[in-house]
Amino acid sequence: MPYQIDLDSFKGPLDLLLHLIKKNEMDIYDIPIAEITAQYLATLEVMKHLNLDVAGEFLVMAATLLHIKSRMLLPRDAEETAEEVELDPRVELVQRLLEYQKYIAAALSLDALPLLGRDVFVRSSPEVTEGEVEEAEWEPVGLFELVAAFRDLVQDNAEESFHEVDRERLSVTDRINQILAALAVRSSLAFTDLMVGVVCRSEVVVTFLAMLELVKMRLARLLQNGAGGPIWLYAVDDTGDGCPVQDEALGYS
Amino acid sequence: MVTADLKAVVEGLLLVADGPVRPDRIALALEIDVPQALAMLQELQAEYDSGERGFVLHLVDGGFQLRTRPEHAEWVRRFCKSRPFRFSRAALETLAIVAYRQPVTRAEIDYLRGVDSGGVVRTLLDKRLIRILGKKDIPGKPLIYGTSREFLELFGLHGLADLPTLKEFNDLPPDMLAAIDVSPEAQGNPEESAQS
Repeated sequence: MPYQIDLDSFKGPLDLLLHLIKKNEMDIYDIPIAEITAQYLATLEVMKHLNLDVAGEFLVMAATLLHIKSRMLLPRDAEETAEEVELDPRVELVQRLLEYQKYIAAALSLDALPLLGRDVFVRSSPEVTEGEVEEAEWEPVGLFELVAAFRDLVQDNAEESFHEVDRERLSVTDRINQILAALAVRSSLAFTDLMVGVVCRSEVVVTFLAMLELVKMRLARLLQNGAGGPIWLYAVDDTGDGCPVQDEALGYS
Repeated sequence: MVTADLKAVVEGLLLVADGPVRPDRIALALEIDVPQALAMLQELQAEYDSGERGFVLHLVDGGFQLRTRPEHAEWVRRFCKSRPFRFSRAALETLAIVAYRQPVTRAEIDYLRGVDSGGVVRTLLDKRLIRILGKKDIPGKPLIYGTSREFLELFGLHGLADLPTLKEFNDLPPDMLAAIDVSPEAQGNPEESAQS
């Protein structure tokens, strides 16, 4: 039996199955498993003939279909049937197909919405307003943005420290007090400003920890304008020029 | 200031704003209270809707934004010389799954779509339409994903509750619905570590 298949359009085995079901006007709740397995395998054959890479997922589905088919052929074990609720071997597959169909429909309805930059437009496209970053709304910095910023820092400070300075251990507490002092003067510091004069990795780490501690103690806030924007450390006003932080208050020394 | 003037000021603010404007931001700038700001925004919204205006005041992610009318898309595109973009089906499906099922792991997305979705997920992350919400507390600690603010802005939604309703494909008939557990984890689908 010849099959006409638009191979490129299949996004995966579930998609192909839905296509076969629709094309043959099968009842999705009562799939003739032998028939659909035959057609599915035939399609894979065609794909192989065309030297297409048959993705692993298609083969997994082929195995699943054959497994279901064999389970349907086997007579049921009397004991087993008594114990378990009789389960159609096709149930899981049908459930997946229905679920997938649901998200295909959802994808279509998303696509039907008026999309910004496609169907509706705003006064100026976001990329033009590069000069007015200051005006952007401040938003709290997310954990993963913070981690990304830290990663950048560590990378920037890779193995640059050739000159051997006397090891002067900078403690987190010292650093906190330094930052607090700086914040008392300027009320806000850019994340990257904190690292000015920092020479080695351990200082980067200490500075980062100090900053996190400040945020945790609610002496400072981290804000960012717009996703991907620079991160700023802000003094929290009401603490004023507070007392210096004591070692014991922290878990570090 | 007279209310009529204030409303004109609000209109001006909307014009210069670089994103959806929340009523509290307007209230802050004009030193009025939030309900008053909201009322004026809604008045403007109604005015634009009723008059034959070339733009509407659209509620996006809790804020208000001036946007052109969807029915004018063709003309605006021509004017801006912008090419209409299209999402790939894979991207749309993945986006739909993340939007409706968040927080969701890569393995769940893969299971639902029946194909590996790593590339699509990465692209969507790069476009900032989805974001990492954290890690799921199951073996392998896979990352979990959700949609972003940019997603709401792109699709013009004022919140996740505003998503089109998910059509329930009248689930299985009762006789087939015997005793099944259809959470992806329960199907012997090993959670891969989503770290890559």
